[in-house]
Amino acid sequence: MRPLASIIGYGAYIPRYRIESKEISRVNTGGVERAPVKQKSLPGPDEDSLTIAYEAARYALKRAGVDPSLVEALYIGSESPPYAVKPSATVIAEALGFSRKLYGIDMEFACKAGTTALISVAALVSSGVIRYGMAIGTDTAQGRPGDELEYTAAAGAAAFLLGPNSSDAVATIEHVYSYVTDTPDFWRREGERYPMHTFRFTGEPAYFHHIISAARGLMEETGLKPEDFDHVVFHQPNVKFPQKVGEMLGFKPEQLKYGLLSGEIGNTYAAASLIGLANVLDNAKPGERVLVVSFGSGAGSDAISLTVGEGVERVRDKAPTVAKLIARSKVVDYALYLKYRGMILR
Amino acid sequence: MNSMRRVFIVGIGATRVDEHWDKSLRDLMREASLKAIQDSGLSKRDIEAIYVGNMSSGFLQGQEHLGSLLATWIGVPGIAAAKVEAACASGGVALHQAYLAVKSGVYDCVLVVGVEKMTDAYTGDLTDALVMAEDQEYVAFTGLSFVALNAFVYRYYMKKYGAKQEDIAYFAVHDHKYAANNPLAQHPRPITLEEVMKSPPVADPIRLLECAPTGDGSAALVLCSEEKLGSLSNDVRLEIAGSAVATDVFSLHEREDPTTLHATVKAARKAFSMASIEPKDVDVLEVHDAFTVLGVIHLEDLGFAKKGEGWKLLKEGQLEKDGDLPTNTMGGLKARGHPVGATGIYQVYEVALQLRGEAGKNQVPDPEVGVAQNVGGVGSTVAVHVVKRVR
Amino acid sequence: MAYLRSVPRVWREREIKYRLIGGVCKSCGKRFYPYRQTCPACGNDDVEKIKLPETGTIEVFTVVRSPPSEFAEQAPYVVALVRLDDGTLVPAQIADVDLSEVHEGMRVEITLRRYRVQGERGIIEYGIKFRPLI
Repeated sequence: MRPLASIIGYGAYIPRYRIESKEISRVNTGGVERAPVKQKSLPGPDEDSLTIAYEAARYALKRAGVDPSLVEALYIGSESPPYAVKPSATVIAEALGFSRKLYGIDMEFACKAGTTALISVAALVSSGVIRYGMAIGTDTAQGRPGDELEYTAAAGAAAFLLGPNSSDAVATIEHVYSYVTDTPDFWRREGERYPMHTFRFTGEPAYFHHIISAARGLMEETGLKPEDFDHVVFHQPNVKFPQKVGEMLGFKPEQLKYGLLSGEIGNTYAAASLIGLANVLDNAKPGERVLVVSFGSGAGSDAISLTVGEGVERVRDKAPTVAKLIARSKVVDYALYLKYRGMILR
Repeated sequence: MNSMRRVFIVGIGATRVDEHWDKSLRDLMREASLKAIQDSGLSKRDIEAIYVGNMSSGFLQGQEHLGSLLATWIGVPGIAAAKVEAACASGGVALHQAYLAVKSGVYDCVLVVGVEKMTDAYTGDLTDALVMAEDQEYVAFTGLSFVALNAFVYRYYMKKYGAKQEDIAYFAVHDHKYAANNPLAQHPRPITLEEVMKSPPVADPIRLLECAPTGDGSAALVLCSEEKLGSLSNDVRLEIAGSAVATDVFSLHEREDPTTLHATVKAARKAFSMASIEPKDVDVLEVHDAFTVLGVIHLEDLGFAKKGEGWKLLKEGQLEKDGDLPTNTMGGLKARGHPVGATGIYQVYEVALQLRGEAGKNQVPDPEVGVAQNVGGVGSTVAVHVVKRVR
Repeated sequence: MAYLRSVPRVWREREIKYRLIGGVCKSCGKRFYPYRQTCPACGNDDVEKIKLPETGTIEVFTVVRSPPSEFAEQAPYVVALVRLDDGTLVPAQIADVDLSEVHEGMRVEITLRRYRVQGERGIIEYGIKFRPLI
């Protein structure tokens, strides 16, 4: 496989509000802490997965410095779109002034949809169908009240503007690999408000099996080994799983450092791996190599190998870094959490 | 057009401003109309045209076409009739139309009625109705309410002139003092400045008691020509000596100076010139104080104070019934009430009471010239009328 | 209410509301929002369509506590007149800000947010709001 495309601009967005696990415990378990993460992000009452995708996309455009009317693709991966039928891509494309000659779509594959959008747009660039295209992973995930996923189902988005290969860009996608099986570890039926999940079954047969398969598949095809990567980002439904799969694959904790953010913001679903990648880019040096392995329930994993380009430091400060977004934080209590999530019956 | 033709107010009538749970909009406008006709000494069959001033009957009552409706409801189907709308200036602008109708010579005797029924609606719906005075598509869309727009004016005013909120808010205290002696007032009881300043904020810095209340009411006037007047036995003749309407740049945020309502300046200049008067000649004044800060601004734009100093007239007691410029002597919008489309007519009704010497405890000593200023939106339309007592 | 439920209206208004499109009068230089062909200041019909700046400063603001019906659940919220960096004054809601921290002179930038929905089944109306810079 030759390099597919380069990242010309990237942006992330995390809503301002946070709820702490200890506050959720206060309501659900009488204070007995179940803390897979310290806190998670939640969207404000006027936000949804479309508006937060817009924010990330706007920042990606700022970093790219590309005229929006030249962007000819917008692929959005999400499992929480505001409409079941009517894509967010149309609104964001119009709001940002993309070309009307546009390859646009919203796609769903649980938490893998963002990286699949990225691979798809990279392929459009690589095959010459387009010159510039954007991929976004975005979610405002809903946790069933009282369920353990309530601690982690969070909100965030990351957007990547891709263009033709260039060593001067932010980074270049060198190789991709995807591994998919029919594994029903987590799902949501049509019309249902909250998803169902299968507790320990989501571990070994789902998360671990697919991430390991995709990562090993990519490393076999490229001949790369864990020590060849400076940074690795795994999908992060909590803090323990990515640490464990990293260890199982032969990575060291320092390699996960920049890509693991779930402790502070929760699981941002289709955005999770991509926000991790954005944080890596906020801190990486030209020439470094990055591996991103996402996981989406259902199930599947995308593995993406990138090399950081000469342009990474130049564009960094043109938009808020992930660290700044994480630091912009207002902690709310459970009552406001319910109000903002529209969960109070009127 | 016969510019020598004079227009007189020969009959006045009004309902109390109140929450009239038992009266519909049509009941109210019929009641005020029949009172005015009776007061004139004419028969309803003398009326040749009706102008109904109203802002929101379509939205709140689902009823348009008020002119024709009223004609049937007072028993004279067949005459000319129309609804006139200019937001909260509907009454004043309807009066201007009625004035033009008689002045032109086409009609000798017309009825003009202002009416609004606000209390059938939920508060949220009323807020929706009132913000229709501003640009719906791009300004109301942002969620700002009509009160919020006026809050912006308040902020600009205090900043630009260094005025204090207490000195402006006192307008509400002034109004309530006089409403106490007005049998038609919605809130006939005095209030203190402390009550005003402690009332809950509606849109900061505007407090609840700085806002005109929501209410129902109707006021009506019968206007006629001099020829028609000859057939009536009137000692006191009230002439509409000046009638003018002006507009401003529609949206507040597109204007150069948000603390001046140019429509007031223009309409006042025109109406005063028609009536051959200057500000110092005015004996009694009604200003459109939907919010206390507006009341203060109107005094300036009408020419009674320098910009930024309108509140001083209040502080110095000049607006009292025995002051230099008796203002809102029956309670104004704040305390007599503000059924929006009717207000412009209530104002002239009250000027007429003063000029006739029928204002009771609120009577200004021997007034000859009265002015009423009626405002739509945040000054997007302003109607100014000058009424003179003529012997 | 009929106008609140209109879909063609939302479609027609989207360019101006999604991208903050204003006008600059070629005759007197006035910059205004929203765009239209006739200048509100001088009345001339020669107006150029422009995309307005994405940053500005809060000039005046207030807190809406008694909202129009379709905003009932969002109150209290902040509305303001924002002076954009090119001098254009625009009305907008201010998002992501505490009532206690919003102030005149605050620097803000555009964001796209949900303004209102046309009921449970109707479309969502998005538009530009402003929020503090990050």
